[in-house]
Amino acid sequence: MSARQIFTRPARIAVIAPYLWMGLFFLVPFGFVMKISLSQSAIALPPYTPVFDLAAGWDALAAAFAELSLDNFRLLISDNLYVLSYLRSLTVAAVSTAILLVIGYPVAYAMARLPRGWQPLAMMLVIVPFWTSFLIRVYAWINILQHDGLLNKVLLWLHLVSAPVVWLSTDTAMYLGIVYSYLPFMVLPLYATLAKLPHALGEAAADLGCSPRQAFWLVTFPLSLPGIGAGVLLCFIPIVGEFVIPDLLAGSGSQMIGQTLWLEFFTNRDWPVASAIALILLAVLLLPLTIYERVQLRQLEGGR
Amino acid sequence: MIENVAKRSAPADASGAPLLQIEAVWKRFGGFVAVNRLSLDIRAGEFFALLGPSGCGKTTLLRMLAGFETPDSGRILLDGQDIAAVLPHQRPVNMMFQNYALFPHLSVANNIAFGLKRAGLPGREIRERVAEMVALVKLEGMERRKPDQLSGGQQQRVALARALARRPRLLLLDEPLAALDKKLRESTQLELMALQKRLGMTFIIVTHDQDEAMTVADRIGVMQSGRLAQVATPRQLYETPASRWVAEFVGDVNMLEGAIEARDHGRLTVATEGAGRISIAEPRQPIEATSVCIAIRPEKIKLSRRGPAADIDHADAMNRLDGEVAEVGYYGGLTSYKIRLDTGATLLAKMANTTRLDADAYRAGQHVVAWFAPDDCVALDK
Amino acid sequence: MAARVARFSNFNLVSLTLGLAFLYLPIVVLVVYSFNDSRLVTVWGGWSLRWYREFFQDDAMLAASWISLRVALASATAAAVLGTLAAVALSRAGSFRGRTLFSGMLYAPLVMPEVITGLSLLLLFVALNAERGFWTVAIAHTTLTMCFVAVVVQSRLGSLDRSVEEAAMDLGCGPVEAFFQATLPLIWPAIAAGWMLAFALSLDDLVIASFTTGPGSATLPIRIYSEVRLGVKPEINAICTLIIAVVTIAIVIASLASKLSRGRADSAAPM
Repeated sequence: MSARQIFTRPARIAVIAPYLWMGLFFLVPFGFVMKISLSQSAIALPPYTPVFDLAAGWDALAAAFAELSLDNFRLLISDNLYVLSYLRSLTVAAVSTAILLVIGYPVAYAMARLPRGWQPLAMMLVIVPFWTSFLIRVYAWINILQHDGLLNKVLLWLHLVSAPVVWLSTDTAMYLGIVYSYLPFMVLPLYATLAKLPHALGEAAADLGCSPRQAFWLVTFPLSLPGIGAGVLLCFIPIVGEFVIPDLLAGSGSQMIGQTLWLEFFTNRDWPVASAIALILLAVLLLPLTIYERVQLRQLEGGR
Repeated sequence: MIENVAKRSAPADASGAPLLQIEAVWKRFGGFVAVNRLSLDIRAGEFFALLGPSGCGKTTLLRMLAGFETPDSGRILLDGQDIAAVLPHQRPVNMMFQNYALFPHLSVANNIAFGLKRAGLPGREIRERVAEMVALVKLEGMERRKPDQLSGGQQQRVALARALARRPRLLLLDEPLAALDKKLRESTQLELMALQKRLGMTFIIVTHDQDEAMTVADRIGVMQSGRLAQVATPRQLYETPASRWVAEFVGDVNMLEGAIEARDHGRLTVATEGAGRISIAEPRQPIEATSVCIAIRPEKIKLSRRGPAADIDHADAMNRLDGEVAEVGYYGGLTSYKIRLDTGATLLAKMANTTRLDADAYRAGQHVVAWFAPDDCVALDK
Repeated sequence: MAARVARFSNFNLVSLTLGLAFLYLPIVVLVVYSFNDSRLVTVWGGWSLRWYREFFQDDAMLAASWISLRVALASATAAAVLGTLAAVALSRAGSFRGRTLFSGMLYAPLVMPEVITGLSLLLLFVALNAERGFWTVAIAHTTLTMCFVAVVVQSRLGSLDRSVEEAAMDLGCGPVEAFFQATLPLIWPAIAAGWMLAFALSLDDLVIASFTTGPGSATLPIRIYSEVRLGVKPEINAICTLIIAVVTIAIVIASLASKLSRGRADSAAPM
């Protein structure tokens, strides 16, 4: 029972600036993406046509409007290149998220089991790499995975292989890079949920006859599902649109959709197709995004 | 049935118009009515306690007085002005919060000075006032410390000093002693009373602890489900409860139900279920109904082997009940006895342990006579 | 009892150690090799600072670093202000028209693939005929990072004890003043943490910067990326190590400061 009404008015004034900002710089641009996706590529500045010139009068606007078409979308749906790219992105994201969960859960669980005083330190240890440049860390893996890099050296020294193995430009390297970069995104929400579980629950389970393994699967795991959900969403959605990691570490075979978009935009200078790719990607991600929004709302605003 | 009891009780000191008049205040949260058309007058210089079980609305009422909630309807008049809609920082009312709410980034002195700075007092006066407050709550030497360097009791004093610094018309205390241990709580209660008398201020305290309310308050308002069940002095509340619920809420009580058999010379004879015929004094407001509830406090019941001695005043008018001791409970200063009457009911009696060696104490299984005077009972509506 | 001893089991220890080792190994390798005297990453040539010297003499890289720093400073500060306003609004304004839309917009950039947000912002700038360069990148970064700040601050506001705010009002502060006098001192570590997060994210961002930058305004990640595509270059190791050092020191300082003030705030109220 808080002094709700007293703070409401100033708070509503506070909301104006961020609201306008996000409206202009987040929401409005999607309108432009939509418009460009319906346009054609052109050798001009800007490199698309038609261009809506508000000063040119109503007729010019109407004519420009008529030029809009769904050609780009038809291209995307029909051409295998794009369809495969979407599918590959979804597959890679799903597989990576699964690996992240398998690796991240034990780490988060161990962190939550540390004595209270050690937990902030452990959390800092997990966060620091996350804050030290994503690009750098991917690059660091290139260092290690090179033909004559550290990994091959170690493997040769241990006599596990007889000749240097090709690591770079493979799917393995890409998965390694993705898992490495997104690990904190999986570990932190999991840890947050696990750390909040009262120890008394595990003790009660033991008191009632559960072995440690049973106590985990019957009590701890179900209660950690919200954390799992949060971690999965925080990883899956951005991985689908990943660009840097597959670009630097994966082979030149099938591309992920982020790479395709980049290619279309920067190399082919085909802004309309790139926009169409972005829109369809957004549509593909709509369901996970909605689930994510609902989870966030409940978590951060539950009980308002 | 709970009646909306009238606001005024016997005036202890008739000092003119009341300081605070709460008129038909109503507050609901969603579907739940927290304060139900409550009216109450509080006099200047009073130490008033709002007592009640959790969820009865006492905290909501207090917060409405402070300004953190606004009543859905009704008026709150302070010195004749309606302050129901006035924002908290514009009211001459200050509150001492339950968990103290000290500013962790400010020292003790700055916490106390906070309200004075907002009031725009000149620097020298602020310093003087702060020193005065610090002396009042006996925290000399602690002015520079931060809240996290103080004990619970010390933090509580800072909270009190901070709330008093602005010399409000009304000081509200929200369960201020809940976090203290028993001994500290008791000594702080006495200090609060002394402080209030010395400053001549009006205090309103919210508490769920009956002993605390009885100790500190001049008058107590007992709340139940958003309404006032009774407003009275501690003595009146304990000895003359207005309803069965109040009688059972405040302290221990024995309840006997029965039909009125006879009325005669200011005495009622009631045929009770399980305790035979009991003679009680007719209450000031005659009871219309044919059946009634008799309330007797445990310490009013005396025990002896053969009943009251012949030389006691009105020995023959006493109610005598035969029974057997069922349970004995030892509490140091007193012993409680559960007596199973021959007529069926069970009574609780409490007797002070006036001698150190319990030569006369009753043991379980012994036959005993429980007796009490008709004036020691109260007749209540069923 | 056995249960308590088993709480931090060997399995836990192994998981944690492996996990942390996995996280830190590449960074350690990178730092070590930044001091490698040999040009070839594969051969160890002894300790030397030559790559650091080369970096400080590489004008293009230095220019890019300078731009990155300024963009990060500007966008982090703007993001801290806007993000805090947003968090305050969401936790204090009750339900207002457009609240769902607002919170939706606020949480989306945290997970939205950067290629989408980068592309959409660029198209906006082109439509507005804005000159692309320092300011467009700064605006883009502010938009992205303000959401992170908002989440961090909102989380802290949610766990705050409101009675300190009420006490301030009781003692004569209007609601706005009460916020500045009572609430802000309690949440500033969260705001600072949000600022740092925004700073690091801006410094590190490649995709959005690539879309929204203009000629002559290449940020450091853009430069690093273009070099990296051509192969591993030892100078990059040095740059990366410098960035890591700066960020680590900043995080440690922030962490200690936050622990100090949090400890004070938490122990100011009795349990």
